[in-house]
Amino acid sequence: MGRTLIQKLWDAHTVADLGDDATLLYMDRVFLHERTGSVSLKGLEAAGRKVRNPEQVFCTMDHIVDTLPGRGDETIMPSGKDFITTTRDAANAAGITLFDIGDDRQGIVHVVSAEQGITLPGLTQVCPDSHTCTLGALGALAWGIGSTEGEHALATKTLAVNKPKSMRVSFDGTLGFGVTAKDMILHLIGEYTASGGVGHAIEFAGSAIRALPQENRFTVCNMAVEFAAFTGLIPPDDTTIEYVHGRPYAPTGKTWDTAVEYWKTLQADDDAAYDKNISIDCADIVPKVTWGTSPGHTGQIDGVVPDPSEAPDANARSSWERALEYMDLKPGQPIEGVPIDAAFIGSCTNSRLSDLREVVKVVDGHRVADGVKAIVVPGSSQVKLAAEAEGIDKALIEAGFEWRESGCSMCFYAGGESFGDQERVISSTNRNFENRQGPRTRTHLASPTSVAASAIAGKIADVRKLR
Amino acid sequence: MTLTMQKFTTLSSVAAPIMQVNIDTDAIIPSREMKGVTKDGLSVGMFANWRYTDVDARVENPDFILNKPPFRDAEILLSGENFGCGSSREHAVWALKEWGIRCVIAPSFGTIFYGNCVRNGILPVVLAEVTVKAFAAVAERGRETDTLIIDLVNQEVTGPDQDVHAFDIAAADKEMLVEGLDPIGLTLKQDDAILAFREKDKATRPWVYL
Repeated sequence: MGRTLIQKLWDAHTVADLGDDATLLYMDRVFLHERTGSVSLKGLEAAGRKVRNPEQVFCTMDHIVDTLPGRGDETIMPSGKDFITTTRDAANAAGITLFDIGDDRQGIVHVVSAEQGITLPGLTQVCPDSHTCTLGALGALAWGIGSTEGEHALATKTLAVNKPKSMRVSFDGTLGFGVTAKDMILHLIGEYTASGGVGHAIEFAGSAIRALPQENRFTVCNMAVEFAAFTGLIPPDDTTIEYVHGRPYAPTGKTWDTAVEYWKTLQADDDAAYDKNISIDCADIVPKVTWGTSPGHTGQIDGVVPDPSEAPDANARSSWERALEYMDLKPGQPIEGVPIDAAFIGSCTNSRLSDLREVVKVVDGHRVADGVKAIVVPGSSQVKLAAEAEGIDKALIEAGFEWRESGCSMCFYAGGESFGDQERVISSTNRNFENRQGPRTRTHLASPTSVAASAIAGKIADVRKLR
Repeated sequence: MTLTMQKFTTLSSVAAPIMQVNIDTDAIIPSREMKGVTKDGLSVGMFANWRYTDVDARVENPDFILNKPPFRDAEILLSGENFGCGSSREHAVWALKEWGIRCVIAPSFGTIFYGNCVRNGILPVVLAEVTVKAFAAVAERGRETDTLIIDLVNQEVTGPDQDVHAFDIAAADKEMLVEGLDPIGLTLKQDDAILAFREKDKATRPWVYL
């Protein structure tokens, strides 16, 4: 029987079979950030252990660092400086490459890792951050771990991993007007629930995936973890290879040719069998907006808030009831038109140059509605510079958006900046959990263009009507 | 050097039911409660948004299960599917551990959370939802004598009615918990294999080696 791509990558990185489906896997790259990587480095130091192959380990400042102009080591979050200075000192002591505040390579870990060519097709990569699965979009086996596993990967260049089951999710057909990669992944999680991928590694396939530009593929893989999957990945193709070409850490010359030859073999065999298969027709997808407190609580812009009495089972019913109370929404209420207090565009899900270009097209001379706080945070300093070179910053600022320095920013509330108590935010991020973006904040996840359209309307809006 | 963690063999305790599905690690430990570069001092922030009516003043919510006897001393949590989903923050596990939780029983877990539990001496037990719900129904009577007995060596949970339920756990995870072994120390015993892999791989995939 043929092998899945996941199986091929697994086999290519197997150092030892540990029995009972556990494997000692070789880790090609480790990436760290100042919130959880700092603990890994400190733990390693306390145990008297060293980072093995520090030249293959990278670190950035994204989670704690402020995104306001003129930022430094001081943060709005009390004690944030401790994370920043501890990380810097530990990274320097360990001899790993740090993209520090002020470095024009700084940015959100998963944006930077791809942008710099640190992640390549076929690599294994871990980071103590759940959205490491984003990088699966390059055909890498990349997943999030805890800080203790981070120490393990740093000290040994390996991880002992229980092999996940395999799942193939095929998106076919053509995306409709105003429908984006974000809507594809929200559709999957909405249809199959936030635990639908538990225990599985996913290969995303199908004509609609192959048609996606590379930057949009990151958006799809980013939310594999919101589907409870071990990770998600996309087999590398010409789009992938073109994206990687010429990036700072990508191979060059003859090594590049050898690498490309190898990357082209990274496909599932035709007769590979998966533990689970899902098939989605993109014609069924309209712009998505979440109405609840789990990414599984996904509705669509022309739909209504669901009625818990019509939930498929008792678990869903109690989860929906709790979510509607938290979100202050009523069953049967149209999702379109719900007034918002704020709009946020950023995060490892949707903050890349192509996202910002689409946002500017939507804004197109419109202005942010009165009373709406609208913020755009580029995913990396490179994205910020490129956007500014195109005048994207000016267009957004003129329209009434705040334009920030790069970082995770208000994707989550860490005790510093946040949205106000019980404020309603439409957000291009990946998590609508209770209190995620601020105290009792009500988050609606959507595509960056839907967020922009809503910021202009002052309420949750259908981007298709504006464009 | 081989570090050790607390060993897990058997445990007898009342179980505290928090039966929602999809309880995320943001709920277990909100970002704002992760105040320093440390694994300690996190239990005060555990479930902060649910456990306190005023988070800043630390005013306890009398209705939250872990604020009520006998559950305040529970070493076992019961929950719905996908417990510990979301953020990879190991702080969620460090907070639970510091509070005194030694075992979580749920129909399924967030993958990263599950791994973090095992590496910190907390046993994650996967049981059928109907069983977890039955345990929860008994626990909700609030009697100190309604204890669950966890036997990791034999991979069994004994319920309050002496009902016995087997559970699965990967051999390596079990060994780590039962022996309290440090996984880095274990892996470094295979150092020859790691170095041999690297030498061979360098020839096959030279572009990987920066």
